[in-house]
Amino acid sequence: MAVLKVPVTANDHIQGDKNAPITLAEYGDYECPHCGRAHPIVKAVQRHFGKQLRFVFRHFPLTQIHLHAEAAAETAEFAGAHSRFWPMHDLLFENQQRLGLPLFFELAKGLGLSSSELRSALETGQYAPKVRADFLGGIRSGVNSTPTFFINGRRHDGTYELEDLVQDIEAELLEMKVAPG
Amino acid sequence: MARILNPGTTAPDFTLRVTPDQNLTLSELRGQPVVLAFYPADWSPVCSDQMALYNEVLPEFQKHRAELMGISVDGVWCHAAFAKDRRLHFPLLSDFHPKGTVAQTYGAYRESEGVCERALFVLDSEGTIFWSYCSPIAVNPGADGILEALEELSKQESTHGRVESTSHSK
Repeated sequence: MAVLKVPVTANDHIQGDKNAPITLAEYGDYECPHCGRAHPIVKAVQRHFGKQLRFVFRHFPLTQIHLHAEAAAETAEFAGAHSRFWPMHDLLFENQQRLGLPLFFELAKGLGLSSSELRSALETGQYAPKVRADFLGGIRSGVNSTPTFFINGRRHDGTYELEDLVQDIEAELLEMKVAPG
Repeated sequence: MARILNPGTTAPDFTLRVTPDQNLTLSELRGQPVVLAFYPADWSPVCSDQMALYNEVLPEFQKHRAELMGISVDGVWCHAAFAKDRRLHFPLLSDFHPKGTVAQTYGAYRESEGVCERALFVLDSEGTIFWSYCSPIAVNPGADGILEALEELSKQESTHGRVESTSHSK
């Protein structure tokens, strides 16, 4: 079974209680239509499990077939450097049909960030190494498509439909109760 | 699942079409590692496409000087359209006529469906199979196995003190 080879650390983008028993990690691509569909589902999973779950997002852009995916990921990282990762993350998925530089600058401005700073960060590839590191970590962990989810480090091989994700997470919670530690 | 050739076996040589007017012969690539990725068909869905994934990992393969080649029974024009659409930066070989002959020699042909298995082979610089893996046909095997094999191979070849003096220009 494929397992997460790169542990979740403070360098990750993490949403939720840091002591949550469940860590749901997603490798995703802002231009991937499946990731776009999964985005509200992840929100629903987060609502369902509340404090029991923390969510981690890592970049896995397929840059040759999704021409805006790399810049979108770097835009999210730019926002993250200014503590605005999650709002930017949501906006990128919510505006998936309009991905491109004009949108990235507009979203940055809307979040109170400097669009000229974003432009120079994209031009110099300031956040490209972080995005590539996420991608390569994903490759090492057996990510083979987007989105790929890991539940407490184990790859979720079912679909990303709500029932499937909830079922697997509940099974994991049960297993932890049966065999604590 | 087919029984694919095991590590230690000499990789059967072949000459296949790579473009409508060019052939590629495996033995011409001696002197560097080669990754052969047999796959069932062009045009699988984009976000889960094995070739699109390998395209993104290409710089890592190149760090090991490895040459990656995709092989399916699709014709050259189909390959050309697929490679253009997915912006692939590595060759796709056409095991088209007589259909699947090369795949058969690697034990990587599915007679029942008439397509290649999802079978991976990493060859060392002398053309011997160093690592092989056959994935269930519906499962994209990812790239982790290939990378681990290439790393292991680099380690072994450097401890054996082999210095590759030949260089093949494309």
